[in-house]
Amino acid sequence: MSGDLAAPPLSSALPASLQLSPDGRLRHFLTIEGLSRALLTEILDTAESFAGVKDQTVKKVPLLRGKTIVNLFFEASTRTRTTFELAAKRLSADVLNVNITDTSTVKGESLLDTLRNLEAMYIDMFVVRHADSGAAQFIARHVAPHISVINAGDGRHAHPTQAMLDMFTIRRHKPQFGKLCVAIVGDIMHSRVARSQIHALNTMGAGEVRVVGPKTLIPASVEGLNVRVFHDLSDGLRDTDVVITLRLQKERMRGTLLPSAHEYFQLYGLTEARLQVAKPDVIVMHPGPINRGVEIASEVADGARSVILQQVTYGIAIRMAVMAMAVGARASAQR
Amino acid sequence: MTLRIIQGRVIDPASDVDRITDLFVADGKIVGLDTAPSGFVPERQLNATGCLVMPGLVDLAARLREPGQEHKATIASETYAAAAGGITSLCFPPDTSPVVDSPADVELIQQRAQAAGYCRVYNLGALTAGLDGQILSEMAALKRAGCVGVSNALHAMPNTLVLRRAMEYAASQDLTVFLHPFDHALANQGCAHEGAVATRLGLPGIPTAAETAAMGQMLALVEQTGVRAHFCRLSCSRAVSMFARARYDGLPVTADVCAHQLFMTENDIADFDAYYHTLPPLRTTRDMQGLRVAVTRGSVTAICSDHQPHESDGKQAPFPSTEPGIAGLETLLPLTMRLVESKILTLTQAVAYLTVAPAAVMRIAAGSLNIDSAADICIFDPVAQWTLSPEKLVSRGKNTPFAGWTFTGRVTHTLLGGEVVYESGREMRSEKCDE
Repeated sequence: MSGDLAAPPLSSALPASLQLSPDGRLRHFLTIEGLSRALLTEILDTAESFAGVKDQTVKKVPLLRGKTIVNLFFEASTRTRTTFELAAKRLSADVLNVNITDTSTVKGESLLDTLRNLEAMYIDMFVVRHADSGAAQFIARHVAPHISVINAGDGRHAHPTQAMLDMFTIRRHKPQFGKLCVAIVGDIMHSRVARSQIHALNTMGAGEVRVVGPKTLIPASVEGLNVRVFHDLSDGLRDTDVVITLRLQKERMRGTLLPSAHEYFQLYGLTEARLQVAKPDVIVMHPGPINRGVEIASEVADGARSVILQQVTYGIAIRMAVMAMAVGARASAQR
Repeated sequence: MTLRIIQGRVIDPASDVDRITDLFVADGKIVGLDTAPSGFVPERQLNATGCLVMPGLVDLAARLREPGQEHKATIASETYAAAAGGITSLCFPPDTSPVVDSPADVELIQQRAQAAGYCRVYNLGALTAGLDGQILSEMAALKRAGCVGVSNALHAMPNTLVLRRAMEYAASQDLTVFLHPFDHALANQGCAHEGAVATRLGLPGIPTAAETAAMGQMLALVEQTGVRAHFCRLSCSRAVSMFARARYDGLPVTADVCAHQLFMTENDIADFDAYYHTLPPLRTTRDMQGLRVAVTRGSVTAICSDHQPHESDGKQAPFPSTEPGIAGLETLLPLTMRLVESKILTLTQAVAYLTVAPAAVMRIAAGSLNIDSAADICIFDPVAQWTLSPEKLVSRGKNTPFAGWTFTGRVTHTLLGGEVVYESGREMRSEKCDE
């Protein structure tokens, strides 16, 4: 396949300027890093306005009627893709799911060629998941100017809608971010969710952000992201208001990162007993899907402190908000 | 052809010359300095007033991509780019396709290079057959075919016994082993320096220990085997210290750094800019400073281009999926001259790093302006200012992070065996470059 490929940009734009329109509105949503607290708050507030849509008899608003959104997934996903699809449909957009894990790139088509071909079908928005860090930025730099790109997870780099739905969930329970101590437990190294959560929590002004895990799962110089590092779970959970435990990929449970799922649960698994050192009203979160008995005990996952299923529900409102804002920024730019 | 190069500032660290004078060339050789040999009649005169006249540069690492990757570049295209960079001898690593592990591979490359006629190309032969790290290559045959050393390039040597035996065998053939200290297991398919930037961007990291651990192991084996070893592309300050210590201890070792490592750090990756994707990766500011101190002190042997031209698609992908490397032939001299401008190197040091020192590593008769040596000469206008735009690079590879940089000084003429093979502002290429 061919097409006129744009010349490479000579210098890279900073993420914030790439994401924002000249008047400071959200054009693309690629990473939390570089976005202001005001903008994150606007996303949360917009999501609040959509949170009621699910309770209406007709669960749709016509904001994106006539728009075409492509879920472009280069990596398998059920939850994220489904909630994006649902969010788009509730905004009355037309949705196309393209799973590239089993099609073109396997045949050798380049990412740019894939993009050009989809662009030729008059798309308004790409929701992208890709195994490479930086993929969403790359795509945002190369798409036609009328297209918005929403990052649904790029490598280990960012998963900004997940972080925002987590902020939404936290704000519903504990509106004063400045007073919060939040611990993120588990595989920080490979987690785009953790990186986006750290940026979001710090931008929202959280009192303290902690990461907890063995050295094998904590990336180098992570303190530079403004977090405190703990290798002991009890120390890391002490006096926390929010505990986010991360999914441990099955292939990482036994090997050079960890000796066994069993030992991981012994050391870092979230149990009621472990949570005793946290604040009495601590909430427990998880981006899903959960491994019961590995990173979290069923008693906690299903217990009173767990807000895990709320996260899923709020995910739809957040994704509606981000999509609506991005299309809105385009519309205002064209006016 | 006879030629008189008039009134240039002749700088030849090999013979300790640095003065404004005339240089005389006949039959492809340098036949006189200051005064013409008796009976010399110049058929051509080149006025070099205000210019530096130095030995043609010697580059310890340039990938020419042929055979096997002609979609990136060819021997003809890249040797002309070398000439444009003032380079008259270059060392070509064996990681082509097919790998250079037999005399026939060397012959093919030599024929193409000679047909092009822009730059002398010296091959490194494969250290192991197919670079697969298991079976020794036919080093004696490779040496007979003209290889100046053997190397496994950036391919892994997972078995230290094989590495030891390869070193012993190379030592028996009086061959220098060119080593890349890079532990593939520790590098773990990373694509950026393991540190704050890679952590922030979620890029798989390559720890400093991937270089130092390999370096430690290799130094121990050099000591064990007595092989003459050249360490390629040191990227971190700690590795340079280990090298300096080994040399102080009397090991037969040399080392190079590539020019771009002296100017860029992990921070330049900024927001996934693939032009800064290199292997070894760009390290910390401290490492870059450490490398600069090392060149000032003479703790490393040479500076090279580590030229790796790519087609534009090679850099048009998300950062981890892009191909590492920089098209560096034409920035080797300008960047090194910047080190002179910022008083990190003296002019003599700078020229030595690019001429006599790398020639000694390759053990070739090049990099000097001695009487009777080949008239490989680089004439350099030290005040001309120019701004790098990638599309104007002679190299087929436009992958440079130095777009927009303004440099002071540029090559005006490159002579190979007394013939002008490059002249700035004049197209010297025949159609063979545009195949």
